[in-house]
Amino acid sequence: MGTLENPVLRLVDRARRRSAWLFHFNAGACNGCDIELVACLTPRYDVEQLGIRLEGSPRHADILCVTGPVTLATREALATIHAQIPDPKVVVAIGSCPASGNVFAGSPRIAGPVDQVIPVDVYIPGCPPRPHAIIQGIAQAIEILVAKKEDEQ
Amino acid sequence: MNSLHALLALLVFPGLLYALPMGWLMLGSERRVVARLQGRVGPPLSQAFYDFVKLLAKWPVARTRPDALLFAILPLLALGTSLGALALLPVLPRPGGAAGDLILFVGLLEMAPLCAILAGFASRSIYGEVGATREAILGISSNVPFLIALLALAQASGSLELARVAQAPWAVRAPALLAILCCLPVKLRINPFSVANAEQEILAGPLTEFDGPRLALWELAHALEWVTLSGLVAVLLLPLHRLSQPVGALAFILASFALVLLLATLAAATARLKPAQATRFLWRWATLAAAIAFATALANQYWRA
Repeated sequence: MGTLENPVLRLVDRARRRSAWLFHFNAGACNGCDIELVACLTPRYDVEQLGIRLEGSPRHADILCVTGPVTLATREALATIHAQIPDPKVVVAIGSCPASGNVFAGSPRIAGPVDQVIPVDVYIPGCPPRPHAIIQGIAQAIEILVAKKEDEQ
Repeated sequence: MNSLHALLALLVFPGLLYALPMGWLMLGSERRVVARLQGRVGPPLSQAFYDFVKLLAKWPVARTRPDALLFAILPLLALGTSLGALALLPVLPRPGGAAGDLILFVGLLEMAPLCAILAGFASRSIYGEVGATREAILGISSNVPFLIALLALAQASGSLELARVAQAPWAVRAPALLAILCCLPVKLRINPFSVANAEQEILAGPLTEFDGPRLALWELAHALEWVTLSGLVAVLLLPLHRLSQPVGALAFILASFALVLLLATLAAATARLKPAQATRFLWRWATLAAAIAFATALANQYWRA
């Protein structure tokens, strides 16, 4: 729909590509993936130069980063927070837990993996994944975010 | 002629046409300077512009009607009043009639923080309420020295007209400027006074529940606040009435931008104060500077009489 001829849509695409704000949700993770995600903001990796920012409020976010296997206690909160993010939005599952349940798979205390609760766009495997892998995953997520045109007029 | 001048000030300089790119540039360079001082590369200077466009193109989550109404009106009001305050800055001399008035300027300038406080309470989010409370506490603490300093300037210059207020004698202007400079990081909510929007404590403070275009308007109002407040200091600092128009405008732009770099350095070099520490600093030191300015103004007048 968004043809290349329309300069406004092109500007919007450009802006979405250059200004992805993340919201980080810990769905019962061991904190390993969370530390690796925060490491991406440090001087060594500095994702802010790509316009990426970690936001405190889901209402400001474009990309939802989920870590952890989604315990029963976090399932509802995860669904609520996903609903609070304005469209267009992308969900990134960071680590092995949200992808498969990891060592918690089959436990009666988890409601995951994440795709049982909300739709997931990008999986970043690893226990925990390295910051490089997370940045690559976020870059993929940004491409998906830009391509999400169904909500456009 | 007069209304044309007012319109030009509002829409061209120092209004919209100048303030929008300048505000984005200021926000971008603030983030960039902070990043460089932290040993990072930092976002491009145009970052704030792209953030704005992206937020504008998002589809906000639907709200009930009264909420949606409030959430639309408050940022718009903040944006409009910030722009009005900016347009009153006496950068270029205006021939005759209603030039900038100090009372109107302060009234317009204080609307944006007031709207933010209302927005925080209206959002009924616990983070919004805590942020709004902090914003109100800091607003009172910073406005006491800020207003005393402006009053001292008005007293010393014997006028409420902004162009004349800005040329008060230096004996008064220096301590008044000091007090205003102390209040600047508070009003812009940057370190060490980023108490009201303390990200690691209360998310985004009063703006936590705002999304998409509504948040974009807030960001824009914030950018205009940067331009206005740094512009206010530039107007007080420079002898604009003695410079020719283009030179004066250029000096104004350069001085406001230099101030932004200075504030960014301060933000990068300091950590956030507790609310009590921040208010104590303001009530003690900023108010002291403002009181000195006011006393000097009164003494000046007394000796002259």
